[in-house]
Amino acid sequence: MESAVLSGEHFFNGDVACAEGALAAGCRFFAGYPITPATEIAEHMSKRLPGVGGHFIQMEDEISAMAAIIGASCAGVKSMTATSGPGFSLMMENIGLGIAMETPCVLVNVQRAGPSTGLPTLGAQGDMMQARWGSHGHYEIIALAPSSPQEIFYQTITAFNLSETYRVPVLVMADEIVGHLSERVIIPDASKIKLQSRPRPKGRKDRFKPFHPGPNGVAPMAHAGEGYMVHFTGLTHDERGYPVMTAEAQAEMMERITGKIRRNLDKIIQVEKYRLEDADIAIVSYGISSRSSQAAVDEAREQGIKAGLLRLLTVWPFPEDMIRELARRVKCLITVELNLGQIHLEVQRCSEGKAPALLIGHAGGSAITPEEILEKIKKQASGS
Amino acid sequence: MSEQSAILDYPEQEYILPGNRLCAGCGVTIAYRFMLKALGKKTVICVPASCLTILHGIYPKTPVMATTVNNTFASTAAAASGFSAAFKATGREDWHVLAMAGDGGTFDMGIQALSGAAERGENIIYVCYDNEAYMNTGSQRSSATPAGALTSTTPIRPKEQFKKDFMKIMDAHWLPYMAGISSAYPADVYKKFLKARQIKGTRFFHLSAPCPTGWFYPTKDTVKIGRMMVESCIFPLYEIEEGRLSLTGKSLSIARSGGKKPVDEYVAIQGRFKKMTAEQVAQFQKHVDEQWEGLLARAGF
Repeated sequence: MESAVLSGEHFFNGDVACAEGALAAGCRFFAGYPITPATEIAEHMSKRLPGVGGHFIQMEDEISAMAAIIGASCAGVKSMTATSGPGFSLMMENIGLGIAMETPCVLVNVQRAGPSTGLPTLGAQGDMMQARWGSHGHYEIIALAPSSPQEIFYQTITAFNLSETYRVPVLVMADEIVGHLSERVIIPDASKIKLQSRPRPKGRKDRFKPFHPGPNGVAPMAHAGEGYMVHFTGLTHDERGYPVMTAEAQAEMMERITGKIRRNLDKIIQVEKYRLEDADIAIVSYGISSRSSQAAVDEAREQGIKAGLLRLLTVWPFPEDMIRELARRVKCLITVELNLGQIHLEVQRCSEGKAPALLIGHAGGSAITPEEILEKIKKQASGS
Repeated sequence: MSEQSAILDYPEQEYILPGNRLCAGCGVTIAYRFMLKALGKKTVICVPASCLTILHGIYPKTPVMATTVNNTFASTAAAASGFSAAFKATGREDWHVLAMAGDGGTFDMGIQALSGAAERGENIIYVCYDNEAYMNTGSQRSSATPAGALTSTTPIRPKEQFKKDFMKIMDAHWLPYMAGISSAYPADVYKKFLKARQIKGTRFFHLSAPCPTGWFYPTKDTVKIGRMMVESCIFPLYEIEEGRLSLTGKSLSIARSGGKKPVDEYVAIQGRFKKMTAEQVAQFQKHVDEQWEGLLARAGF
């Protein structure tokens, strides 16, 4: 058996670092389908999984890739898939199924510029709203945004931990630049990596209610073949898993699947506050764009402008309260992202008119430069 | 008509101009050139993400002189169905709708749309150009990859499953015309397309297109490899018209006069088969023999 955790110092691209993060998190099943710029994740998993007692399947399309990881997770194995825009679109129906069936799993989207085929080999952050609302119906989802190969390693582990803790599909919203960028990646000792597992049932098998919430709002999960009576369905169902076709049952189920996220926001949401304490101008950014933003903030500080950065490690659920609080004490908020304004809309909504919310964004194809950001910061600082 | 005079009869009009972005030695272009010559200028082509989009290039830098639409990966036959319906609705049924996808876009992801179109009997010509893996994204295995081949998602142990017999699947749709063609035999390609264009309904072609990049052989050997596939009966040339199967060209002469070659040399000259054991090669040979015997019996030999 090979080691699942390759402790040490490496030079990995983001896709490979993501795959290694998954292995370190205990992922033992990967179902995928070739698509640029995420293919390297599947290729690396196909090489590594058999050696650590795991299983890799190349599926016939992305619909089945997403379906396969939901199936594997129901059978008790930590599972992941990875894709990019067109494949992400095809996975949407099954993401909804994963949410309704409360199935832990991880989906990595190495974003490229869209819509449609778009720019297959160039980065963008244009799927952020699709990540939030892409499947039909109302739901809560968790989405993380890594900014480097090192960070995608850790965030993939975090994604597994969150998905296991809250029994929800978790999205890692990377982008082509992070996916194909090679940098130093340090993998710690396996003992230093904290792993979470889904809550498991105890007690009498005949009295088991598969969707009866535990203390943190999350129901213990029985695995296929363990003898518990479990009915998994995409239909609206009650705590027993029985389909119930009423408005009341719908309201109850929605409360279960959204409440377990909404009531644990403080445990789920992670941000990094960089030089924000005394900032007049707050940049809000995530993923690759947050790296350019950080460089711009440093340069602005050099020039005597009080700029700071709120870096979103978790994009969904959105850190609404933090933006509200920030809007009350800064002169303006600038969202930096590789799209034409998606998270910007959230920042605008949550700033509630207390501070102007501006956007630096373009439709993808190249990273936003620190110079572009600095220019806007200077313009705001000078009041012009 | 002898093959010699057929060559002289080819239309001079070229629909694929010299110079494209495909890998050197790609087998697709050779066949594609003769397919388009046979269909003529009233042809619209539906193409998903595939090596073929690389051939078509980044417009307006394209070597292809034909109207082309780029559809989503799973939808080639469905997009073609739409074109065919519109041509019917607007009285332009003299137009040919050519749907062309790779083995990934046909054997795997595109099979649902293709099966739907074939069952409805859409008036389209569908070509699966088969280079036996997802070559456009860097050689991941597909269900057309033969057992014993290394790919970037079967990197340590070669693929274990036999190649899917896609012609059998299409045969189960009761098509008016279907054929196996190879880019190593362009005259056979041309003749079969001339025939197919006279027929209405869903016509299906399985085109063998050797790939030096993914199969790991020298670029100069594409035609040689294509011929070896036919000579060893790995990829026989034949057509099925209204259920009647007839062998054609080299495959017909092997059926009549013998001369079938073993698979050994074909396996030996490709890097993708370098991890095949003698036992696996024997298994491959047995599989090929069985398939060939089945074809012979059906063709009345």
